[in-house]
Amino acid sequence: MVIFRDIIVTGLLLGGIYALVSVGLSLQYGVARVLNISHGEFIMVGAFITYTLFVSSANINPLISLVIAGIFTFIIGWILHTTLFRRLMDTSPTIEAFEGKSMLASFGLYYVVQNLGRIIWGSENRGFVFLNRTVTAAQIPLNRLVSLGVVIVIAIAFYFFLSHTRMGKAIRAAIQDRSTAGLMGVNIHGVLAICFALGLGLAGVAGSLISTILAIQTSMGLSYLVIAMIVVVLGGLGSISGAMIGGVILGLVSALVTYFQPSMTMIAYYVIFILLLLVRPKGIMGR
Amino acid sequence: MGTNTFTKTKGLSLGLLLVVFVFLAVLPTLTQGYLTVLLTDILKFVILTVGWMMFAGPTGYISLATGAFYGLGFYMAAVFNGPLPFAVVIIIAGVAAFVVALLVGALTLRLRAAYFCIFTFALVLLIQSVVMEVERIVTQTRGRFVETETIEAAYWAMFIVAVATLLAAYLIRRSRHGLALQSIGEYEEAAAHSGINIVRTKIVTFAVGSLFMGMAGAIIATRRAYIDPGIAFSMNNTFLPVLMAMFGGMTNLIGPVIGAAVFTYIGEILLTRFPDLYMLIFGVVLILAIVFMPNGIVGLVQDVWRKLRGGRRAPA
Amino acid sequence: MHLLEGQGVTRQFGGLTAVSDVDFYVDQGEIVGLIGPNGAGKTTLFNLISAALKPKPGKIFYKERDITPLPAYKICRMGIARTFQTVKIFPNVPVLRNVMVGSLFGTGRRISSAEAQSKAEEALEFVELSSVKDLPAGDLTLAQQKRLELARALASDPELLLLDELMAGLTPTEVTEAMEAITQIRSRGVTVVMIEHVMQAIMKISDRIIVLDYGKKIAEGTPAEMAANPQVIEVYLGEECDA
Repeated sequence: MVIFRDIIVTGLLLGGIYALVSVGLSLQYGVARVLNISHGEFIMVGAFITYTLFVSSANINPLISLVIAGIFTFIIGWILHTTLFRRLMDTSPTIEAFEGKSMLASFGLYYVVQNLGRIIWGSENRGFVFLNRTVTAAQIPLNRLVSLGVVIVIAIAFYFFLSHTRMGKAIRAAIQDRSTAGLMGVNIHGVLAICFALGLGLAGVAGSLISTILAIQTSMGLSYLVIAMIVVVLGGLGSISGAMIGGVILGLVSALVTYFQPSMTMIAYYVIFILLLLVRPKGIMGR
Repeated sequence: MGTNTFTKTKGLSLGLLLVVFVFLAVLPTLTQGYLTVLLTDILKFVILTVGWMMFAGPTGYISLATGAFYGLGFYMAAVFNGPLPFAVVIIIAGVAAFVVALLVGALTLRLRAAYFCIFTFALVLLIQSVVMEVERIVTQTRGRFVETETIEAAYWAMFIVAVATLLAAYLIRRSRHGLALQSIGEYEEAAAHSGINIVRTKIVTFAVGSLFMGMAGAIIATRRAYIDPGIAFSMNNTFLPVLMAMFGGMTNLIGPVIGAAVFTYIGEILLTRFPDLYMLIFGVVLILAIVFMPNGIVGLVQDVWRKLRGGRRAPA
Repeated sequence: MHLLEGQGVTRQFGGLTAVSDVDFYVDQGEIVGLIGPNGAGKTTLFNLISAALKPKPGKIFYKERDITPLPAYKICRMGIARTFQTVKIFPNVPVLRNVMVGSLFGTGRRISSAEAQSKAEEALEFVELSSVKDLPAGDLTLAQQKRLELARALASDPELLLLDELMAGLTPTEVTEAMEAITQIRSRGVTVVMIEHVMQAIMKISDRIIVLDYGKKIAEGTPAEMAANPQVIEVYLGEECDA
């Protein structure tokens, strides 16, 4: 019974992180139509910023670095979109052409960011200890609970952002029908840039959280990216809520499989992926 | 441009091709090992790039699985070379890659392009994970030893496969299959309504390209005594062909050859001195190529040439 | 036996019902006109027949065989060819090769390149585009591209030809030429269904007319009957004196 609870908690936490990462990717693809292969690398950036700030003489609390990392990656995302991806949009004749070009450009970014990281921070595993003591009643490390709490707060905040703010409504409109939204007076280029930037911001935050509970390395981005891609398909291409649900499901699956046979975890994801493509490619919430 | 000058340039380029062909064929007998190894690498990337471009060019479907098929062929050689002759191993690698590509294609090519991209990207890690798991269970090791081949044998094998790849790409273009591919790329719905079996055409083309990738992987594997999944399934083998095709240009077969030669050579030079920096630079080059050279360097040259001659027709 | 038959054909898009429970038939050798106001569901009906879309619910039969689940390329190979309202040619492919796509892949039988080419050349001659056969199709004028699309459809040896607004944007002379061509096509044994807004053309050459409005079939009969049908007149009130 204790094991079961452990799996659930770990699963939810992992799921929350996967959800964060996947919602970010979903925003980027669903709205801005960029299949961002460098997404995982910004998780790495967030993780290493947090790590660096923590072990530096300033010894900054990761919960503060989380915000710093998020803002940093958000700004990078904004710059990237308004310079690179806007330009690709303007020079692409069709949306398919744009999707192809932007995806390949993000592939280039993947190499740029990952190697920058490697040059700055090296290739070895890094880690730090933060809130490692267990909460006696539940026998769960405090940092995990805190991370889970943060994820939940972000999810709620995001939900309110989407449903109650002007920008949130603009984003939802753009997801449903981009051209009409533009015709209705939504500043579509601004929305696209914000969605892309938000996506990267969420990646930075996720990376920051990950650094508090796991060891990190400059090559960590790729596996998270692949997981995010599977989640996004699982939830339905372009669906934010689907990405959240899918993330949690995959997190629970991960915790379950890892408990019995850790080396099979990735394979378990792929099995789900293949079954999905065979049976219901639209995904859970896909239209 | 009258027919006379056309046939003259055609004759000239054919002649040039023949000279290059003969030169490359006898190369190992003329030089020492280093140049042979370099050219083997260049030919490897010619195969990967042309194999990739065969499908991506006309249809616009971007496969990110090059590294997966390469790695699969790589592992086939690791397992079978020694007990089986080299040539047979190469064929097995090609067939394995072909079959896997058929499966992947059947699974994803009936869906939107985005699914294809995502699944092929995940495929490298997927096959790597499966291979690692199988190795863990069967041999309890991470890597394995390989029966090696000589520098010359690897070179000639790669040369033959490269010629075969270019020939296949050329013949497909000229055939009705190539017309079907082009129609799909230009207007898929109209192509379907004209009787073209879209999914089957895509799957077959994708599989043929992948076949050659597997073969290239098998050949390179025999140049090392010991391999492991990390070496076999590097993402670089997916990335570099894309870079080479984008840079070289995808409208004809010269582009990828130029791209492959340029970047393999530059990579060689930079690899030893700046291992992290050179891939970073390549990443930047890819981005710049996508933004500023959509038709690659060959396209750029063609544009300049056309402007110099005062082109009559506006670009398509 | 009807050549083509539809039973209860329905198709919705979100909340909008584009085609609603339509029963129809087409007999061998007819020229059938499909008319109705914009948005009545005519092109959607063509899309349902040619398998660009699937009817939900409904069934479509070709020579008494249920073709509803078949994909578009099979429909073409069985003998149903179509043109599109917005021209869908292959712009960077030479005109002749555009048509050869139809003859190479659409006839439903094994065909040599030589035979496919001569079929294509024949079709090009019929639509009078032989002079431009080596130009990239994207270089043609819109009217020429429409004829090209017709040639491609004809090259696939269809028994049933679906024409979607072939005459849109044509001058009166061109309309007469098109009418001539369609009659000739019929005399070669091809059954024709045409969507048109050019009333005098469709009234003149159709044997039978089907009228759609808001996705429903509201009338069916000879051109004379349709011209006298009060419902049809009402639907077209204000559009009557056109073309």
